[in-house]
Amino acid sequence: MRISRWFAQHWVMGVALLVLGYLFLPIAVVAALSFNRPSSRLSYDFNEFTLDNWRNPCATSEMCDAVLRSVQIGFLATVAATLLGTLMAFALVRHRFRGRSGLNVLIFLPMATPELVMGTSLLALFVSGGVPLGFWTIVIAHIMFCVSFVVVTVKARLAGMDRRLEEAAMDLYASEWQTFRRITLPLVLPGIVAAALLAFSLSFDDFIITNFNSGTTVTFPMYVWGAAQRGIPPQVNVIGTAMFGIALLLVLASTLRGRRARRAAVPVTAPKQRAASRS
Amino acid sequence: MSAFAHVPTGSGQSASPPPAARPGRYRFLPYLLLLPGAAWLFLFFAVPLLQLAAASLYDPEGSLSTGYTLTWAFGNYPAALQQYWPQFSRSFLYAGIALVLALLMGYPLAYAIAQKAGRWKNLLLVCVVAPMFTSFLVRTLAWKTILSDNGWLVGLLRDVHLLGPDGRLLATPVAVVLGLTYNFLPFLVLPLYASLERLDYRLLEASSDLYASPLKTFRRVTLPLSMPGLIAGTLLFFIPATGDYINAELLGTPNQYMIGNVIDSAFLVRLDYPQGAALSFLLMSAILAVVFVYLRRAGTEEVL
Repeated sequence: MRISRWFAQHWVMGVALLVLGYLFLPIAVVAALSFNRPSSRLSYDFNEFTLDNWRNPCATSEMCDAVLRSVQIGFLATVAATLLGTLMAFALVRHRFRGRSGLNVLIFLPMATPELVMGTSLLALFVSGGVPLGFWTIVIAHIMFCVSFVVVTVKARLAGMDRRLEEAAMDLYASEWQTFRRITLPLVLPGIVAAALLAFSLSFDDFIITNFNSGTTVTFPMYVWGAAQRGIPPQVNVIGTAMFGIALLLVLASTLRGRRARRAAVPVTAPKQRAASRS
Repeated sequence: MSAFAHVPTGSGQSASPPPAARPGRYRFLPYLLLLPGAAWLFLFFAVPLLQLAAASLYDPEGSLSTGYTLTWAFGNYPAALQQYWPQFSRSFLYAGIALVLALLMGYPLAYAIAQKAGRWKNLLLVCVVAPMFTSFLVRTLAWKTILSDNGWLVGLLRDVHLLGPDGRLLATPVAVVLGLTYNFLPFLVLPLYASLERLDYRLLEASSDLYASPLKTFRRVTLPLSMPGLIAGTLLFFIPATGDYINAELLGTPNQYMIGNVIDSAFLVRLDYPQGAALSFLLMSAILAVVFVYLRRAGTEEVL
């Protein structure tokens, strides 16, 4: 009886942990293979433990060039998309203007359109316009599909912001610019940072749109795609594991910082809010 | 994302509409803020779609070197659909099966994190997103290792006779569906979690106090209240899964190819732009049809 009640209460958690195991299984394999010395170029099985791949991640210089190019593209696309998207989010949350619903559709559609269609349509445009495919066409495409995600992320943060803080600043004779610099921007910044990180990870990992618009330029996902046919160097798994580790560190750091900031903020916030942040 | 899940949002006027346009020099400000982003989306999202529509009606006899002429060749559509019907229907079949599997796994996961995890909530949420930090292609190649013929999984399944002595997983539909389920599962879980997190636990208690069985509570209370997240998550899963061709290429064989593989080769290998464009449009309209049926049940803003 007791066992069946325990089961009734905990089976959901059990299933959830199994699913999490499923999600992490390939990550574990990637991490393990990053320490593997493969028996042949086309072998995907674990053969022998070695640290060589980590000691010498750039053994295949093509791959490191591709990673570097992906970082460059990701950086440019992130800066541009974050700027364009943040401006749009401010206009959408803070201002009234004509054509709002049309604009909402224009922002929503890129997220609802299959990447494949965005990739092929851009290719059709570039080819008919005689634009040579390469680094810059990839950047243009990446900015395009990142903007919508930035708008949505920053918009959520802005919409949840307490307007009265800005009003208070203005009441205390801060100019509009001072209010923006000292109050609005710091409060929205976490949203902008989150949007930028999202944009970078979307850009860095994009394969489908890049595949159609890259010409002969090779990004990291393009390199892996090409190498999958010829045999993957084990260093690819080093990059995969390192990316995972870096991203995880960033998330943990931001969680810890958020927690500390909240703890520091507790004495000055209203009791009601304190209760909300604790729950 | 998760890092900000717990930040109190304050009691701001989030629900109220933006203030009316301020007089004088601020009248044009919103348009200035919107112009660069909207122009970018228009130029590189909307205009290309028109170009793609035009390309799908090009004369099919043309080629990239001789140039194409727009002859309003609507025949491209039935021709492409007839030739690639198996791949087209397979895309929706695989994505549909993967969606059902993902719901069976993702719903309990989202529910457990939202309602049962207590102080572990944030950590578990990070665990859902974390696998996406590794490159999509690298993850999919890892599945190739896991499912390989001399891997432990196939060995185990052969030992318990779920697979025949030379049965395999890699290069079968099972592998492709498994890959699709895996790669897009987090897109389903996150919106579902957001919905379930807002679910008031007291409603569930009230339901069981009124003698509803757990199943009935789920069907009548939990499920309807999580509908917005369910719809958003389903779309975020289904759209990329239907258009995906990486899983079919890396985990399957040409017998498992989906419409994405065909479009990819039409544009990049066979250089048959009219056919590729027609297939892209067919894919998009089929997906949009599904999306609009869904959006009738939930407003656009809610999905965003």
